Amino acid sequence: MIFSDLGFELKETEALIITGHNGSGKSTLLRVVAGLLAPASGDVILTGHPDGASDDFNERPFGEHCHYLGHENAMKPALSVTENLDFWQKINDEPHLEIDEALEMVGLPALAHVPFGHLSTGQKRRISIAKLLVSWRPIWLLDEPTAGLDTRSEAQFADLMKVHLEDGGIILAATHIPLGLKNTKSLVMGLPAIETEQSI
Amino acid sequence: MIALFLRDIRLSWRAGGGALTGVMFFLAVVMVVPFGVGPDLNLLARIGPAMLWLGALLAALLGLDRLFQADREDGSLDLLIMNGAPMAAIVFIKCLAHWVTTGLPLVIAVPLFGLFMNMEPLGILATMATLMAGTPAITFVGAVGAAVTVSLPRGGLLLAVLVLPWTIPVLIFGVSAAYGAVEDPAPFTEPFIVLCAISLFFAVIGSLGAGAILTHSDH
Repeated sequence: MIFSDLGFELKETEALIITGHNGSGKSTLLRVVAGLLAPASGDVILTGHPDGASDDFNERPFGEHCHYLGHENAMKPALSVTENLDFWQKINDEPHLEIDEALEMVGLPALAHVPFGHLSTGQKRRISIAKLLVSWRPIWLLDEPTAGLDTRSEAQFADLMKVHLEDGGIILAATHIPLGLKNTKSLVMGLPAIETEQSI
Repeated sequence: MIALFLRDIRLSWRAGGGALTGVMFFLAVVMVVPFGVGPDLNLLARIGPAMLWLGALLAALLGLDRLFQADREDGSLDLLIMNGAPMAAIVFIKCLAHWVTTGLPLVIAVPLFGLFMNMEPLGILATMATLMAGTPAITFVGAVGAAVTVSLPRGGLLLAVLVLPWTIPVLIFGVSAAYGAVEDPAPFTEPFIVLCAISLFFAVIGSLGAGAILTHSDH
């Protein structure tokens, strides 16, 4: 058992920051929400019906409403940045920003035709953040989203998250570093009970 | 789905994709057979279809271990699972792209390699037809093996061991149809139809099986 007795509720425009020490289950929680791991018990439920959404919006698996930014970037090193983003935009449907607009937003418009494998760690991360922008998903699941980013890119990413929240999105982020968002809910993945007593 | 098909085809032609590895391996197998068997042209012509089939079977198994592994390692597989399209359809498309880049080149190479084996034109044509109908079955049954071994760092050998028994019927009917075309009393049509049926059967079972394994492997 990694965690139990855990519950939270998020409305649109709200963000949840998940913190906790290594191995406390932050990534596991995000993977459960994404539907990639089956919980031993419990549910993730989406209620409400946004304007313009399709009729089966609530019946579709929860993961389909989510962008998941995991530890890996889900990009092919042999393909160019544009080819990679174009693939995810087509496969995810619901296009949002154009690819060159998204690259503009993450500050890397010049790298459109460079193979993804040639980029630096931080640039790769920014391209996979651009992936969140090219197709629309109301919920963003971010696992250590700022890993490898410099301070300027972190601030840029914070702005992108603010815009997403203002557009009526929801963000769940697991992180150690403050993301620069205001009015967020927070969830601290607990220390094991015995250790807590010892520390007191 | 078309995007996935095109991406996989593009990837296999880029650096490290290995589209032609299978054909090169096929060439190596077919090239060494005459040296091993000796310069008996009649014997070569007689074992030709069987040798081409064996070479093609082994070559088709060669790249299968990377079918889902590359996507799993870079995190693409998670996003494809979350995407909402039925996993069986995604597997089917990936297999189709894999076959176009690894199976189809084997079929196209047969006329040239058939000459090495002193085969007559009809025999070459029949071998091409049977490989065209039979190699998809190898890819689809291989997909199940690839899904089972997706998390193993050196899954290639285990995959071959798992998959090889299932390809025996393909080999039997493929070779007997190819012989049927050149040797008179033996039939061509019947084994060829069975071969097509095996391919269609594995296309459905393989896609569903591999899809289910990939969706639930983390659970």
